[in-house]
Amino acid sequence: MLLLKVVPISLEQGLAYALVALGIALTFRVLAFPDLTVDGSFPLGGAVAARLIVEGVDPTLAALAGTLAGFVAGCLTGILNTRLKINSLLAGILMMTILYSVNLRIMGRANIQLLDRPTIFSPFEAMDMNRYVPVILLFLAVIFLCKLLTDLFLNTEYGLALQATGDNEDMIRAFGVNTDNATVIGLGISNAFVALSGALIAQDQGFSDVGMGIGMIVAGLASIIIGEALVKPKNVFRLTFAAIVGSVVYRLIIAVGLRLGLAPTDLKLATGVMVILALGIPAFKGEREGKLKLRGV
Amino acid sequence: MLTLQEITKIFNKNTQDEKRALHRLSLEIEAGDFVTIIGSNGAGKSTLLDVVAGTLMVDEGRILVDGEDVTRAPDYVMAKHLARVFQNPLIGTAASMTIEENLCLAQLRGQRRRLRWGVTKARRERYKDMLAVLGLGLENRLKDKVGLLSGGQRQSLALLMSTLSMPRLLLLDEHTAALDPRMAEKVMELTDVIIRDNNLTTLMVTHNMHQALNYGNHMIMLHQGNIQLDVRGQAKARLTVNEVLSQFGETLKDETLLCAT
Ligand SMILES: Nc1ncnc2c1ncn2[C@@H]1O[C@H](COP(=O)(O)OP(=O)(O)O)[C@@H](O)[C@H]1O
Ligand SMILES: [Mg+2]
Repeated sequence: MLLLKVVPISLEQGLAYALVALGIALTFRVLAFPDLTVDGSFPLGGAVAARLIVEGVDPTLAALAGTLAGFVAGCLTGILNTRLKINSLLAGILMMTILYSVNLRIMGRANIQLLDRPTIFSPFEAMDMNRYVPVILLFLAVIFLCKLLTDLFLNTEYGLALQATGDNEDMIRAFGVNTDNATVIGLGISNAFVALSGALIAQDQGFSDVGMGIGMIVAGLASIIIGEALVKPKNVFRLTFAAIVGSVVYRLIIAVGLRLGLAPTDLKLATGVMVILALGIPAFKGEREGKLKLRGV
Repeated sequence: MLTLQEITKIFNKNTQDEKRALHRLSLEIEAGDFVTIIGSNGAGKSTLLDVVAGTLMVDEGRILVDGEDVTRAPDYVMAKHLARVFQNPLIGTAASMTIEENLCLAQLRGQRRRLRWGVTKARRERYKDMLAVLGLGLENRLKDKVGLLSGGQRQSLALLMSTLSMPRLLLLDEHTAALDPRMAEKVMELTDVIIRDNNLTTLMVTHNMHQALNYGNHMIMLHQGNIQLDVRGQAKARLTVNEVLSQFGETLKDETLLCAT
């Protein structure tokens, strides 16, 4: 009974946020770069899309523009780190902070309502079926496409070099790869996914808010940790799959928690504790390596 | 082929810890030369390879490859001329990636990497054949992660990766030192075969005097950042461990000496 009620909403939310988890998997896992831009690039995608929709731009184009904005933001974080030699965590925090102002500028205020505007999801309202069905199918299609593209990309000559940048930077430089460029591109792609997620979610929920990215990193990390526990990420294909599964299961856990009386205000606390436990338990048990590979810290 | 003109490398310049690792060192290496490099700990051997490879920049002097000035070229640019194998097998391979992916990364040394499939069928077949030569059974483990391999297997793979793309210059830095004696000998024999079959110009640092004398056609001994002994051709072929020791025993007073006995 409880499950029946929470499954559709968790599935919708989980798939909607899966692109954030996918992006985080790309930076934290593949590039071994702890990128915190996400908290800013997620609302950036929403802000760009919402503003453009209000200006009368086609909602699909608006989402793509949001994606592009995320790509640029990610690249900028990469440039701060590789060209200006700013510590990776700090580069992400700087970008995230700057984006807060940028997002306010883009929207012109803290919040844009889209309820009476055409969105990618508008055609579904007219359909004679439960809204969840087409919405979930749309998200599934987008995620399938993004996952497929990521898997293919990571297996190309350039994609392999990008993987090696996260694994053994000195080695791949010695084989002629400018790892600075690879890092910038990788961060760009990751944040493009995150911003696309923000653009779609803003349209799905009917508003864009400057604060909607707060805690996105931690939620994304929780998702990939859960996903990797369920799907052993032995290769790229499984790594991206784990991110998506993890995102859905994370939203399911949250939805059940809320139903069971978890106060919505305590959500971020609960998520944070979840991540701390997942990261901390291996260290506490005396295992040599923690779960997260961090580079540049 | 490779020309070093009075190169100087100073670490921690203008501080209390200033250290002159290379001092006005000059060296001329011909195409096809196999140069072995010995010298006591801290003599500057690794630094020499680092500046040639572009991982470190010299403070003074010039580096030329076939007359082209590459003094300021960073490592990823120098990669089009050379490949390296290090003492630590972990440095030369990507642990979380598979054997075939590592070979693919290496095959494209110094080339543009494109948005096309990396490990193609044709490439995989080639890798199989090359791995079979190692005799370690790796040809049946193409999809295994390199992190699963032993040190010796990883180092053999690293060697194969470095020579796969036929570098004009091969740099080896005590690449057998971390292996057990049997494996070290196997890897060294393999190295010699690969170098000779492909006529690769090679710089090999070793702390094993026998290796330095038995292999290659040119030996240099470094001391305090400069070349103390430079023997080539016939003179090198005739040189014995005892001769080197009686002449330079003082300056080689450490592991180099131990390994020579
Ligand atoms: N990164 C560094 N910073 C400071 N000093 C260094 C550094 N690398 C090497 N050195 C010093 O330079 C000298 C030469 O080192 P190296 O080339 O590694 O010697 P080796 O002949 O044993 O390979 C040594 O005295 C060493 O302590
Ligand atoms: Mg050394």
